[in-house]
Amino acid sequence: MIETANLTKKYGSFTALNDLNLSISEGTVFGFVGQNGAGKSTTFQILATLMSPTYGTVYIDGLDIAKEPAKVRRLIGYMPDFFGVYDQFRAEEYLDFYGASYGLTVPERKEVIPQLLELVNLSHKRDSYVDLLSRGMKQRLCLARSLIHDPKVLILDEPASGLDPRARVEMREILKELKTMGKTIIISSHILPELAEMCDEIGVIDSGKLVAQGTVSDIQQKLQQQKVIIVNIKKDVEQTVRFFEDDPDVGDLQVLENGAIQFSYRGTDESQQALLKKAVMADIPLLGFSQLEKNLEDVFMEITRGAEEE
Amino acid sequence: MKSALLNPVLNKEIRLRFRSVKSFIGIAFYLLILGVISLGFIGLTLSFDSMGTFQPDESRGMFLVIGMLQLALVIFITPGLTGGVISSERERQTLPILLTTAQSSGSIILSKLASSLSYLLLIVFASAPLYMIIFLYGGISPSSVLASFGLYAFTMLVIGSFGVLMSTLIRKTIIAVVTTYSIAFFITGGIAVITMMLLSFGYNFQSHGQDYIWPFLFASVNIPIMFFSLFEESIMVQLQEMAGFSFSPWIIFFIVYGTTIALSLTLAIRKLRPKIKTKAYPKA
Repeated sequence: MIETANLTKKYGSFTALNDLNLSISEGTVFGFVGQNGAGKSTTFQILATLMSPTYGTVYIDGLDIAKEPAKVRRLIGYMPDFFGVYDQFRAEEYLDFYGASYGLTVPERKEVIPQLLELVNLSHKRDSYVDLLSRGMKQRLCLARSLIHDPKVLILDEPASGLDPRARVEMREILKELKTMGKTIIISSHILPELAEMCDEIGVIDSGKLVAQGTVSDIQQKLQQQKVIIVNIKKDVEQTVRFFEDDPDVGDLQVLENGAIQFSYRGTDESQQALLKKAVMADIPLLGFSQLEKNLEDVFMEITRGAEEE
Repeated sequence: MKSALLNPVLNKEIRLRFRSVKSFIGIAFYLLILGVISLGFIGLTLSFDSMGTFQPDESRGMFLVIGMLQLALVIFITPGLTGGVISSERERQTLPILLTTAQSSGSIILSKLASSLSYLLLIVFASAPLYMIIFLYGGISPSSVLASFGLYAFTMLVIGSFGVLMSTLIRKTIIAVVTTYSIAFFITGGIAVITMMLLSFGYNFQSHGQDYIWPFLFASVNIPIMFFSLFEESIMVQLQEMAGFSFSPWIIFFIVYGTTIALSLTLAIRKLRPKIKTKAYPKA
């Protein structure tokens, strides 16, 4: 549904987007995660036909955005990270204007607008002036606006940013519902865990470069290849340190403040099992031997740190 | 025609404009200025006339004063109304969303211009009752009034097209509006000053029996001079004699400004959205 090849955007000598290759199939919810300034909004603006890339191509549903931008616009619903509203419009009029802008007839608009207001839980605000709505409500109204012409693809740039926890949950629930409607959604955030539970695939972008792509578990697994092991002991710290240092797969060994020993381990699950057995046989006074679970935030930090070092 | 009237951008612009109290205050203020000056003119004339009458000649003079004043107000208001039509949407962050709709660039630009000009036309036509007072005293034909209103509309279109173009090209509304004012003042006041300067050279040429075309050409593209010539044809006849030919200045006027309007609007339409180009990624 969305294909980018060698997508690059340069501003003079600064490269905002560097050789981005994406392939997102129909019906997928794709999470685009990266720090502020990583290139997420630039990518989205190019996909939304609002910006020309320096190099590369973009195809949406088989249409080249450079050759058929008007047709592409009918396929996409775009929600920018920052957007304004027409203050003197009521919520219903706001949606009606955009419906008309997409060529929907009056009966079509009369049918679809109440449905959209209900989807985003704003039916009770249909006659309220847009500027009097809370930020969360404006975000939801803008999401309804991006759905007015029933687009195949939704491009949502940080739809939950600046929202309070309750509004974030509401937004997440709406997005889950859109997922069940079979829309292809590309959604960005700088918070990986926020995207993880609702996305089929994740792409991590750092300094304009795609540094990881796959399912959430794929990305986690990729990083789990280098595990962190914590060993709790009661006594004989020096002997234990010497024992683990002798293993070729052990690295970065350190003794923590609570007396536990932490090291990174490059071996397989089988060799890890053998190492534990060997420690028991060597009479190491073990109280615990555990692998440190990395959360998604750690994974994200590790991926982006790795990319920076390269 | 029906689709033009139902254009959503035009519909939205007109609805939002007339929902604001500011628009009606603007019209009231405009009429107040014109009313005070025209009624003041009549009052002053009557008080200085020994017979206490208002002659057709004085009525004609009053028409010229009100007409020029109205033209000055049109020149002064149009840049303010059109110089921010696109840039203000950009500043309010509503433009990106509008540009991702199915509306064509032409439809957006022309609708924005049409809505601004319709408000200006409403202001100008709201002053029509004041002209009825002049008709009471005679001295002016209805065709002159119609011609002056036609020229107001054309002036709005010329300056409005520059305004929309500047608003599209320049990101900041304040800079776009100031640039439009500069252009408007140049094509009205600036060209008039140049014409006057050239006229003094023209008299030298004329005294030596030579033709001198430049004052005529510059006057032909100056809106206030052309407006004045609607009622005092002799001014352009004099310049035609100096130039040495009898070509109608209105032809030059409409060709120059017609082309300017077309170019400004075409450029604004082309520049509203980015032209998306595809270039192959350079091989390492």
